[in-house]
Amino acid sequence: MSVWGAIAVTAVGCYLVKLLGLSVPAGALERPLVRRLAALLPVALLAALTAQQTFGGDGGALVVDARAAGVGAAAVALVLRAPFLVVVAVAVVVTAGVRALG
Amino acid sequence: MPERTQTTRTDRETPPAVPAETGTAVVEGPPASDDRAVVRDALGVGVAVGLSGFAFGVTAAGAGLDLAQTCALSLLVFTGASQFALVGALAAGGNPLTAAAGAFFLGIRNAFYGLRLSTLLRLPRAVRPFAAQLVIDESSLVALAQRDRRSARIGFTVTGVTLYLLWNLTTLFGALGAAALGDTDAWGLDAAGPAVFLALLAPMLRTTVERATAGLAVLLGLGLLPVLPAGVPVLVAALAAPSVLLVRGRRGEEGAR
Repeated sequence: MSVWGAIAVTAVGCYLVKLLGLSVPAGALERPLVRRLAALLPVALLAALTAQQTFGGDGGALVVDARAAGVGAAAVALVLRAPFLVVVAVAVVVTAGVRALG
Repeated sequence: MPERTQTTRTDRETPPAVPAETGTAVVEGPPASDDRAVVRDALGVGVAVGLSGFAFGVTAAGAGLDLAQTCALSLLVFTGASQFALVGALAAGGNPLTAAAGAFFLGIRNAFYGLRLSTLLRLPRAVRPFAAQLVIDESSLVALAQRDRRSARIGFTVTGVTLYLLWNLTTLFGALGAAALGDTDAWGLDAAGPAVFLALLAPMLRTTVERATAGLAVLLGLGLLPVLPAGVPVLVAALAAPSVLLVRGRRGEEGAR
């Protein structure tokens, strides 16, 4: 599958689940287990993605570099209840800074 | 649509009319000032998050996507975490189908936002296909934070439309600007993706169940990264969610006995 194929599959899939939520009768997906699994699934995916994109190097190697400092600084910003854009900016600026110094 | 809106307005204006001494000006006052407050909050969220589309545009360009592919993602997928996940997996050399699967699984949570929004907003059937594209973390959270249907509708629409326009505009600028920036890693922009994920994740970590799931997912995601093909470890890490629920369910049963 090409990059365009991946884009098409993601676009159609993501749109259909959005529409599904708005369209199904209330209660259809409200089984407690389904609801809890759906709430927990993004937690698992976001945690894994955060870790991988912070520590993932070439060819699946694990590395600690400037990104770890940047994402660590973003975590501190989150604890201090900084707005979304500030959190992302802190990560970018600290990563660039550490890289420039190193 | 106008008929329903009218009904909502009537519902809303009835209660303030009860205290006689408040007078007409006050009766009409609260909804207007409420509306302004909702619009202000919605614009705040929409502008702040919308601007981070710049980081997405740069990241996508850095991952090797061309301008049309980058803009198509923001226009058609329009759910930030899935977009970052897809380009991240493609950049890491993942199989496109595996990359799309990871992005899709992240998008499933929008169905559950939609479910809660459908009873709150009561959108007419004809509006739903358009409103659906705007069902994302931010528009849902702003709408769900409101006290009545009118405010929820305003919050959802203003947040969704502002974010859609800005996110797509900044994606375009980001993708165009990436070429001018040269080595995007030197600017620290490779940290934008994980920072976005972390910012979305942080408010979800409320109880031990969420924290245990996140911890297990990190271990699986990192531990399997050197062993499995790119894009696959994150899908395996998703199994942390049912695993934690299963263990917790067992413990709950034992406790009941």
